[in-house]
Amino acid sequence: MNFPELIQSVFDDTLGPGQSLSLFRPELTLCATMIAILLARMILPRWKTSGFYLVLLGLTLALAFVFPWRWFAEGALPGQEIFTGLLAADRFSVALRGLLLLFTLLFVTFTQIAGRWAPEDGAEFFVLLLGAVLGMCLMVSANHVIVVLLGMEMASLPCYVLAGWQRDRRVSSEAALKYAVFGAAAAGILLFGMSLLAGALGSVHLPTMGRRLAELLQAGVDPAQLTALILGGLMVTVGVAFKLAAFPFHFWIPDVFEGATAEVAAFISVASKAAALGLLVRLAGAFVGVPDARQFLVVLVSLLAAVTCTFGNLAAYGQNNLKRLLAYSTIAHAGYMMMPVAAMIALAGGQGSPDAPLSEAQKAVAALLVYLGIYLFMNLAAFAGVAFMRNVAHSEDLRDYAGLVHSSPGFTVCMAIVMFSLLGIPPLSGFTAKWTIFLALVSAKLWTLLAIGVLNTVLSLFYYLRVVKVMTLDAPPADRAAPRIPLTSAAGAYFAMLTVPVVALFFLWGGLSRWADAAAQALFFTTFGP
Amino acid sequence: MPDFLTCLFSAVVFLPAAGALVLCFVPGRNTAAIKWFSLAVTAAVFLLTVWMALPATSPGSGQFDFGAAAMQNVVLHRWIPAFRVDYLLGVDGISFPLILLTSFLSLLALVAGWKIAKHVKAYCILFLLLETGMLGVFFSLDFFLFYVFWEVMLLPMYFLIGIWGGPRREYAAIKFFLFTLAGSVMILVAILMLYFNSDVRCLSPEQKAACHLADDAAVESDQPVRTFNLLALAELGQSPDSPFARETLWCGQSISWWAFLLLFIGFIIKLPAVPVHTWLPDAHVEAPTPISMILAGVLLKMGGYGILRICYPICPDAAYSLAWLVCGLGVLSMVYGAFAAMAQKDFKRLVAYSSVSHMGYVLLGIGVWSAVAANAYSTKFWSWAMSGAMFQMIAHGLSSAGMFFLVGVVYDRVHHRNLDQYGGLFARMPLYSGLSVGIFFAALGLPGLCGFIGEFWVVLGSWSYSAALAVVAASVVILTAGYILWTIQRVYLGPEYKGPHPEALTPITRREVAVAAPLLAFAILLGVYPQALFNYTSPTIDQTVHRLSDWARQHDQEQSLETEIEKPTPVDSP
Repeated sequence: MNFPELIQSVFDDTLGPGQSLSLFRPELTLCATMIAILLARMILPRWKTSGFYLVLLGLTLALAFVFPWRWFAEGALPGQEIFTGLLAADRFSVALRGLLLLFTLLFVTFTQIAGRWAPEDGAEFFVLLLGAVLGMCLMVSANHVIVVLLGMEMASLPCYVLAGWQRDRRVSSEAALKYAVFGAAAAGILLFGMSLLAGALGSVHLPTMGRRLAELLQAGVDPAQLTALILGGLMVTVGVAFKLAAFPFHFWIPDVFEGATAEVAAFISVASKAAALGLLVRLAGAFVGVPDARQFLVVLVSLLAAVTCTFGNLAAYGQNNLKRLLAYSTIAHAGYMMMPVAAMIALAGGQGSPDAPLSEAQKAVAALLVYLGIYLFMNLAAFAGVAFMRNVAHSEDLRDYAGLVHSSPGFTVCMAIVMFSLLGIPPLSGFTAKWTIFLALVSAKLWTLLAIGVLNTVLSLFYYLRVVKVMTLDAPPADRAAPRIPLTSAAGAYFAMLTVPVVALFFLWGGLSRWADAAAQALFFTTFGP
Repeated sequence: MPDFLTCLFSAVVFLPAAGALVLCFVPGRNTAAIKWFSLAVTAAVFLLTVWMALPATSPGSGQFDFGAAAMQNVVLHRWIPAFRVDYLLGVDGISFPLILLTSFLSLLALVAGWKIAKHVKAYCILFLLLETGMLGVFFSLDFFLFYVFWEVMLLPMYFLIGIWGGPRREYAAIKFFLFTLAGSVMILVAILMLYFNSDVRCLSPEQKAACHLADDAAVESDQPVRTFNLLALAELGQSPDSPFARETLWCGQSISWWAFLLLFIGFIIKLPAVPVHTWLPDAHVEAPTPISMILAGVLLKMGGYGILRICYPICPDAAYSLAWLVCGLGVLSMVYGAFAAMAQKDFKRLVAYSSVSHMGYVLLGIGVWSAVAANAYSTKFWSWAMSGAMFQMIAHGLSSAGMFFLVGVVYDRVHHRNLDQYGGLFARMPLYSGLSVGIFFAALGLPGLCGFIGEFWVVLGSWSYSAALAVVAASVVILTAGYILWTIQRVYLGPEYKGPHPEALTPITRREVAVAAPLLAFAILLGVYPQALFNYTSPTIDQTVHRLSDWARQHDQEQSLETEIEKPTPVDSP
């Protein structure tokens, strides 16, 4: 292929009937919004709204371009590679990008209501935020090693800055520094692992790497090559585990959450997790066609999930800072969310029901999407509650929540609903989330993981219940005025609004589950063909 | 427009929840209005269930059909089609008496708690939510729905004990929550296991119709059609080639065996049986009087109901092979509970342990599996024992709720429960003491009162299964008589009251009589005319026992065939 032909093919792929660019419109909109905010700030320096409405407009537009429900009609978007194989455009990426953008939309509204940003800082905050979201969108559609790295770095770097947003607070700077140092190390390890894999397999295109691996293992592989492969696989896992905050790469989360504002913590705990899980599904999905790799991955992911979940729940016991407590709860939930990925890997080869191996594996991914869809509201609500309380009581210490029910009953009821939902008992949507992943585990016959999962539900009872207990049963301290957050205030109304889906998604999860099922269809088109 | 039955059943289950929702918008200072409104809601629910208890005049009226053994008045609507979760409600001879008991005790408990002054609005909201959860458990025939209602009870109960309870309320509340949650996750795992191995394609069209499966289950499919329908799961579990018994899961035991064990542990935590009863004394003692009444009167029955409705019909083979465990735990609970009750110094704790002892009869009655004794497959004895267990559940619901209320009456006056400091109450509170002695004798099992019937039938039915168990069970009556008579002697008899606050021992009020008198009246009625209850329960119990013993006969025949095949055929030597 000579140079003009190459140019022509790239041109055709980008603008031609393949429509790479049109499927990339959400990301382009995000870029345009970032530029527009910076320009607006330059032209209108006194603009007090600090780009909030621009962000709102940009995100709404991007969400309209993703338009999650348009793609879920029968047969629409069967799955294709765009930009010459760099990105995978399928319903899974549409769904996850939709979730990410929806979350960001709710999140910027939340930051505006919680309002701790000085006006001159607002624009930068939103630009960094959108940059991170852009990276996350790339992560969930990654089909190529370069995009994996690019996406992870684009998602991480703004988060380091956001974590240190309160420049005048020592803990905030410390959090940012810790996050950046650990993040850089994890990225380096990931890069090293990727280069090992790419070198051993002779490709950087994920599905091709999977196929090469199958050929290589069939033809027989010498020990040195095998070592490189296993080492590469482990290193990549380390990199992803860091983003996921899986044990033993979780240690940054409590410190970062404690140092950063509750808003940033909410963003990291939901958006960053969702993107990392999307990436994990992509990476694992590329190799599930190879039986040996599958067995290796099932054990690896199951082990990580089990240990992460148990550790998060046990470590949350001793916490008195609510943000730290929620940090460990986030770790535990990351463990739960890795469980359906393990089930997906186990099922992808037909280890489960032999007649429909793929559809069962896709159902496991659908379980993950249901969990994410619910987790988004639950965890955002939990951190929103912490942020609103901080604004009123100037404290994130659990002791200062004592007897909150007497001064702000509505707020306390909502907070209790969120806590019980995180614990996962009916009739709240947290139960739906757990139920779907347990179903996936049974379907994959991962009994041990199931036992660990349900045991962890009992373990997590204590600390979630402790929050509720402090708010409702303990007497309010006499030496200070009780914090008041009436549901009629903006903060209270926003919090109540977030609690509505936490309850409603339990009763109406048929729709969410159908949506997730549709999103998971054609997920493995690159591995097994459409 | 939903049909009449849907409206009726949904009204019974969700009227309290709707009332709670309305109360959210009433200002908290109108305590009298809130109490009267809650009373009106519970009374309405009670009246609806009483109306349902009348003999059916026409089909579809929602009233009880006495001759029918099968599930009647079934309401079926789709809820989550993706997982085939249905809104499936229905009543039969096992669930309906318990529904009636629930609505009755809820009404009485609300009256019993009339004097509660702390956060009245929150109390009434939580109480009404609790009632919805309790009624939902007994109505639902879909395993998922059952589980949801089962868990819905947990949250209000935690707060009701934790906020309105006694000095150690927080400890008791979290202990209750922890035990119940541990039990529920076991039930959850069992649900998942059963769901994933169910396949309604195995059922014949007649069976499908009898199970009230949703329409789409009839469609031919090449994929397994899973179900949460409890009736369909029971049909599958009792079919000769049960999908739950087909393959071994772990440790050489089948899915059915493990599911039974998990469900059984989950339910005996609620029942409760020794050794998982330890939450009960704490929760019952610390809970406020009306909540103790609900705990003892209704919540404990859910364990027995779960075993009767779910464990036995769905996993008969495991129930068959583990009958020794069920009966053993039943007798152990009886003996242990009775001895523990005897050793108590706290009046309420004594009553709590007596519950452990009395619920042991339920476990023994359900589990005796007498039908297979001597290979006769006679259903008579087991049917007696199971009817006795069912009767014991209702009788204990009345007598234990009454006892907790009566303890509460004196506790309200003198603020202590130390048995050694009581005495001479007969002189100061004659009417109260009369009612008390009546209800305590009902718990003791005095012939002519309700407690006797249940215990008698259970012991009679268990004789043919194991004479030793029957003898032990019968002799527990002596222990029961011991601690109850001793209690009566220490509290009501004696020359005079020597404890603190003697001036507070005023005669029982009319409100208190209104709670205690109906309980005693029903205890006498059921003792004198037990047929009033057996009319409801017998057809369903007989049918359950018949089906299970048929199953056992078939099972044993297969077993003996298999052993014959395995035996080396004797070779005739020339």
